[in-house]
Formats: sequence, C-alpha cells, structure tokens
Amino acid sequence: MASFTEPLDPVSPLAANRSKREPTIGRKLWNSRYMYAFVLPGALYFLLFKYVPLLGSVIAFQDYSPFQGFLHSDWVGFAHFARIFDNPEVLQVLVNTLTLSFLQIAFAFPVPIGLALLLNEIRNERFKRLLQSFIYLPHFLSWVVVIGIVTLFLRSDGVINSMTAKLFGWPSVQFLQLPWLFKPLLVLEIIWKEAGWGTIVFLAALAAVNPELQEAAIVDGAGRWKRMWHVTLPGIRGTIIILLILRLGTVLDNGFEQIFLMLNPYVEEVGNVLDTYVYYKGILQSDFSFATAVGLFKSVVGLILVVGANKLAKRFGEDGIY
Amino acid sequence: MLHRTFRDRLTDWAIAVILTAVAAAMFIPFLYIFSVSFTSMDEYLRRSFLLWPERWVTGAYQYILANNRFVRSVGVTGFITVIGTLLNLAFTTTMAYGLSRRFYGQKLFLFLVLFTFLFSAGIIPTYLIVKAAGLLNTVWALIIPVLISPWNLIVFSQFFRGIPEELNEAAVIDGAGPFTVFWRVILPLSKPALATFGLFYAVSHWNAYFTGILYISDPKLWPIQVLLRQIVVVNDTSALQITEQVLTDPPPPETVQMAAILLATLPILIVYPFLQKHFAKGVMIGSVKG
Repeated sequence: MASFTEPLDPVSPLAANRSKREPTIGRKLWNSRYMYAFVLPGALYFLLFKYVPLLGSVIAFQDYSPFQGFLHSDWVGFAHFARIFDNPEVLQVLVNTLTLSFLQIAFAFPVPIGLALLLNEIRNERFKRLLQSFIYLPHFLSWVVVIGIVTLFLRSDGVINSMTAKLFGWPSVQFLQLPWLFKPLLVLEIIWKEAGWGTIVFLAALAAVNPELQEAAIVDGAGRWKRMWHVTLPGIRGTIIILLILRLGTVLDNGFEQIFLMLNPYVEEVGNVLDTYVYYKGILQSDFSFATAVGLFKSVVGLILVVGANKLAKRFGEDGIY
Repeated sequence: MLHRTFRDRLTDWAIAVILTAVAAAMFIPFLYIFSVSFTSMDEYLRRSFLLWPERWVTGAYQYILANNRFVRSVGVTGFITVIGTLLNLAFTTTMAYGLSRRFYGQKLFLFLVLFTFLFSAGIIPTYLIVKAAGLLNTVWALIIPVLISPWNLIVFSQFFRGIPEELNEAAVIDGAGPFTVFWRVILPLSKPALATFGLFYAVSHWNAYFTGILYISDPKLWPIQVLLRQIVVVNDTSALQITEQVLTDPPPPETVQMAAILLATLPILIVYPFLQKHFAKGVMIGSVKG
C-alpha cells in the first residue's frame, strides 16, 4: 500500500497509525516530493514563459526603453491606454477585428454543422471515411501553404486571371488588393481549411442522439430532410450553443498567421486586426510600451468575454468550460 | 426493416453528391498544384487549367532540391520538428502525470496552468523575455517558448487519470519507485496518446510560421514556412537564387513555386494516414470534461 503520493484517504488505518496530528507543511511537502520532481520542470516553463511575461506587462505603464529595462524605465501610468482610445487607427483596428469575427461566426460557424448533418446520413462506412479523409486534410496544412495556394490562384498573373483572359479575353484583376474582397476571402479560407475539421465535435454529438427519436419520427411520417431539421439538429443543440458562446468569448482573436499573410499595403486599412497591429507596432516599430498596452487591453477584454461567455453557457444549462 | 422509398434513395444520392463536391473542393486545388509542378513551360502556357500533365517533367523539383537555401530551411524545420517534439512530449507527459496524481499543492499547480487559458501576457512581453534569454536567432527560440501546450497538457493529464490506480500499486509492491512506475508502467500504456500528441506537436512545429517571423531574422535560420512565404506569397523567387550553378533552361517560376508548396507539405501528407487513425480519438479524449 506504500503509495508515493499523499494518502488518498486520511482515515485509512496506515495514515491514522502514523500520526494522530495533522502533518506539518514541511512533512506534506516531503511526502509529495516525487510528484514535485514530475511537475516542476513543466512548472518552470509556465513560470518563465507565461508568468514572467505577465509581470513584464508592467511596461504598458512605463516608457519602456530596452536599455533601462523594466526596472529603471519611467512610469507613465495609463498614458499608453489613453493613447488607445484617442487613436483613430486603433478604433479602425478594433472595428476590423470585430467585423471579421462576426463574419466568421455568421458564415464559417454554421458550415461544419451542415457538413456533419450530411455526413451523418451516409450509411456506407467506407465512403464516409473516404469523404472524411478529404475534408479533414486542409486542417493539417500550414497557413503559409493555404495562402500560397490562394495567391497562386488569385494574383494578377494567377490561375483565375489567366483562365478568364484565355477564355473570355477579360483584363486581369488584382483580387488580392481589393479592400472589399479582403474579409470575404478570409472567411472563405477559414471555411476551406477548418470546416471539415470542425465536423468532428458535431459528429460525436450526433452519435449520442437517441435513435428512438428518429424511429418515432419515421412512424409519424417525417421525411429525411424533416427528420434532419426537427430531430437530428435539435439533438445537438446543446453542443452548438456552447461552441457558439465560447466562440463569442474569443471575438478579439482572429488568428495572426492567416491575416498577416494576406495583408498588403492596399488592404491594410480594412485588414489590420489587434494581433497584427500589436506585431507591427511592437516588433517592427519597437513601440514596446504602446503595443503591450494594446495587447493588455485585448487580454483584459478577452478575459471578461470568456468569463461572461462561460456564465452564459451555464445559464443555458450547459457545463461551461470550468 | 423499413421500406426505402424512391424519394429516400434520391435524398441519399443528393447527399452523396453534395459531400463529394465538398471533398473535391478540398482536393482539386491540391491536385492542380501537384500537376503544374510537374509540367513543362510550354504546356503550362498552352493549357489554361490542367489537372494532369501530358508530359511529366521534374525540372522544378531538381531546381529546388539543388538549392541550398531550401534544403537548409527544410533542415532547420526538420531539426525543430524532431527535437522539439521529443522535448514537448518529455515535458508534457511528466507534468501531466504529476498533475494527474494527488499531492500537496496539486490544486495550485492546476490553477496556474488553467489560468493561462484565461489570461495571457500577449506577444510583446513574451518576445522581450525570449530576447532577454538570448534565444533570438537560435533554433531554441522556436522550441522553448512552445515547450508545453496547456491544452495538450490538460488532455494528457485526463488520460493519465483514466489509468487504473491498481497498476500503480502493484508496481509499487514489486518494489518500483515512482520514476520506474512512470517509465515502465505508465508510458508503455500511453502509446496511443503519445502517438496522437506527438503527431499534433510535430505538425505544429512543421507548420510553424509565427514563431519564425517573430524570433528569427537571420535568413540562414529561416524555418521552411518563412522561406515558403517569401517564394510563393511575396513572389520573390530570388529568395531561391542559385549562385554557383548556372542553369541554361530554368523552369518557369510558377512550377517552381508549386513544387515548393508540395515539398513543404510532403511530410504532412506522409504522416497524414497515421495521424488520421489517431486524431479523432485524441480529439474525443479532449472533449470529455473532467
């Protein structure tokens, strides 16, 4: 029975024999020493690369200079945060961030649900698995590859332009430099890359829908599409709601790589989002304090949104994420 | 059991056709890239859209594989993928195992991990730490800042929790210490999880672009995705300039770009069948809340 972790049951006979008193903290630490050996290397990583940067965020309240370090730079209070709010550039970036997220939620979010419903109707297991391997594949490609393919198709001498030129004699269009096309393209790319992968969760939820409900609907004379709409879809309502709410909790995250790869000077105004803006300001222009302030602002709002979203999920009777 | 009506069968066909079209939309761009990369200059200019070359030429591949920069970048990414994944697994499994057992202070450690989901410092302070640690422009900048994915850690720890306690007790009675138990009992039982998360980590290393542009400015150390962006998205084939070798008949830049995409994706395509066997399970472990 010698377990190297703390005895699970405090009133087990062995533990009671050893000592009647509550063990001291030192004793408890010593008893858990092996587990610390397992946990500490990883904990050190979290400390150095998650928590030290968190402390480092104080530079948002300073005029940080790399030469003086954050211990000796001048404190400026909320000056950088004030700059966020009277800067029309940041407001534009914030608007871009939110519009893009809502476009994604409106157009990209429902696609995996529809795909999962259709896949669920395929009864030939081998055919289903074959379809799945094709629709999952894009998820494993890098964003560079996806944007690379998009570029090869859409640039001025790309596939689409050379085809329309050859077939109809149309002049070449600079698709990638059209501001109005930028956001629709981003949404289409996300659908192409992630819609198939997104079906996994819904398929799992669908597998749990009670088949008796289907049979009852058949007896009632409901056709296939009617059953999909009235029985199967409501069966995964809970999953849909919780994923939707969690997505709402991250409306300020658009994914850096995809957008950064799609940005060019022509679409910068409509395309810059919080993540790319922080990169440009902080890394390329070395405005560390201001960029950190923008990042911190994003994190705080994000925290509020996630906690709120989780509350909302619980109100809908779901488990929430914590 | 049930009589299948004509309408029912029609519906089946409609669904199959829709889904086949979706699968084709996922696949055709790839087939196009593949085919063009093997096409000669004149055929490429003559045909507007081809999904299968009439004559297969490998000039684009020879051109790229003879290029030191490309090969070097593949080497950098290969190193990061192999060493990085091994370190990822070492750090993730040990910490996950620790967190899956009860010990004094366990809740605190768990909280510290979960808190990182809710609140993160953002890229600038992290960048400054990496810089202060002297990791900029070293391969370690691509490995150490992403040593543990908190999400994989939590899922792994759930997995360990599912291993029956009796196995541990039996091993302890046989005289095994905690490290022996971990190495000889727990890890061998975790092969499916190790394969799943190993592949997830490996794919993320191979596809890593953000850490590349953030921490690496020296082109000699560019991971393949950063070089690929230069070649294809920026359309800067001079990034591939071959200095010593003079080609009398260089392949068209389009076919070179497509060959570069294919070569940079090849490792993913090779592991994909293995990946596919495991990932659904891996994702499912993740969806079970604890």
